Amino acid sequence: MGRKTMLKISPANYELMRRHGEKTYPDECCGVLLGKAAEDLREVLVVVEAGNSRTDSAHNRYNILPAELIKIQRMAREQGHDIVGFYHSHPDHPARWSATDFAEAHWIGCSYVITSVAGGRADRTAAFALNGATEEDKRFDDEEIRVEG
Amino acid sequence: MKIAIPTPLRPYAGKNATVEVHGANVADALQALVALHPELRKHLFNDEGKLRAFINIYVNDEDIRYLKQEDTAVAEGDTLSIIPSIAGGSAGSAAVGAAGAQAGGAKPAGLSKEEVLRYSRHLIMPEVAMEGQLKLKAARVLCIGAGGLGSPLALYLAAAGVGTLGLVDFDVVDYTNLQRQIIHTTTDVGRPKLDSAAEKLHAINPFVEIQKFETALSSANALDIFKNFDIIADGTDNFPTRYLVNDACVMSGKPNVYASIFRFEGQASVFATKDGPCYRCLYPEPPPPGLVPSCAEGGVLGILPGLLGVVQATEVIKLILGSGEPLVGRLLLVDSLAMRFRELKLRKNPECPVCGKHPTVTKLIDYEQFCGIRGEESAMPSQSPEMQVEELKQRLDAGEDIFVLDVREPHEYQICNIKGHLIPLGDLPRRVSELDSSRDIVAHCRSGKRSAEAVEFLQKAGFTKVRNLAGGILAWADRVDPTMPKY
Repeated sequence: MGRKTMLKISPANYELMRRHGEKTYPDECCGVLLGKAAEDLREVLVVVEAGNSRTDSAHNRYNILPAELIKIQRMAREQGHDIVGFYHSHPDHPARWSATDFAEAHWIGCSYVITSVAGGRADRTAAFALNGATEEDKRFDDEEIRVEG
Repeated sequence: MKIAIPTPLRPYAGKNATVEVHGANVADALQALVALHPELRKHLFNDEGKLRAFINIYVNDEDIRYLKQEDTAVAEGDTLSIIPSIAGGSAGSAAVGAAGAQAGGAKPAGLSKEEVLRYSRHLIMPEVAMEGQLKLKAARVLCIGAGGLGSPLALYLAAAGVGTLGLVDFDVVDYTNLQRQIIHTTTDVGRPKLDSAAEKLHAINPFVEIQKFETALSSANALDIFKNFDIIADGTDNFPTRYLVNDACVMSGKPNVYASIFRFEGQASVFATKDGPCYRCLYPEPPPPGLVPSCAEGGVLGILPGLLGVVQATEVIKLILGSGEPLVGRLLLVDSLAMRFRELKLRKNPECPVCGKHPTVTKLIDYEQFCGIRGEESAMPSQSPEMQVEELKQRLDAGEDIFVLDVREPHEYQICNIKGHLIPLGDLPRRVSELDSSRDIVAHCRSGKRSAEAVEFLQKAGFTKVRNLAGGILAWADRVDPTMPKY
């Protein structure tokens, strides 16, 4: 059983992330969470919207171009932040990870935040920590989101 | 040149965000990197030594796939970035359950035409509507027990369209269950309760994903099972599991929709919400073992779990919809004989050992021990001398002088008996004078549990020739007299 981790995020950033999913509805949105990572706590300080490059099936798939990520990573470094997680939306679909989400999650030690957008309105937001040592034994553990600050 | 290490790989690269290496091309540079940090190898390359498919390599801002792959030349001052892909989406099957249970097939986004029709009486209520129905569909509810409470609870949750229903039970259907456990039918007797229940739930609503956990909930598995559910509904019939469910709910931050029943009375509440009390705020300690009989011992009006299970289902639905006034901080007391519903106010206990300000119970404990018992089966004190039913039969048939003491209740005696002398366990202390300590005494009850207590009591009172009939009158019916009814 994985240890319980927590994702701390300000109300403004939390809303930013959720509204992004409303803006792109009925397509999935995606973005990157920058901040500080400690043992059991990841703190989000900046929410960076990214483009969804899956124009072929944007309503139920997302992909962030590595080129865009390099730019975001560079920006993070300049600000003294790390990539602590990613977020995306599930239009008209529950806020829980799908088999696709799991298969395509490779950033072990990062948070994956999913917002369910029902009929264009952000509903539930849930976070999952991708834990494990390698690609072969990775797993998603539920993570608590603390909206404060 | 510099290699930028992504966050997840930094633990294997000396916690560095970048590593300096030398090399003429990408392949050389990566080999130099894994030479410096050998642990990185298995994260970057597969068993054949090829770069893993989800790893992207960029030289400055260019994907090497569009250059010369790993032969792409690099020079001093270049930055090589390792970027694991970031992708996913709701496509594909729904979340995989705990314990490796595989989820069902792909779920359509929103509601299908069939679902809209099925839930139309919900959809036309503004309090539920499409938004609420999608919440129900997204919800994951775990029912502990597929018995008296679990039957109506699970049936109604499935009918209402709760998307994922987990069931925990390890029992098989028994004839004595049918008087109240309405999810099981006569033809299900002998089948695992989970199989029987899942079949009925699917028949009612094929859109529901059923996750079966055929196991006894324990301190070892509770948190793991709970983790993939949003709400836990406790339909257990014993104190160790009830405390376990409560504590695990507090620890995992999930509401505990509780009900319990006894004879003609029941109670219900919603525990372990963020600001509400938990079961331990109400009952910090379990009752002494044996004081509160189980349904098997004390009996239960078959309708009562129906009433209370439906109260639980209602509270679950309200929590999912986020509407109404949940039964938080209130204990509903139901007296079915008087047909009165009363309510007690409950407060969160700041000194509560689990949910208080300074909790002393911070991980799951041994609940059998906490409740002073070792499970119903092993509750019989093993030190009490026993006699097997076959031996008793043989010796009675041979005309030996054996005094058979029946410590059950008079109404049980009416159901069936082996012509023993009836002294209910509770009356034994003041009626002990009716017994002759010089004779061989064999005490029995229904299953051997109460009579073990009787034997223990009599031994303390100085009786030396007293033995407990192992397995009670149930064993007699099984192995000596198959015509005898069992209850």
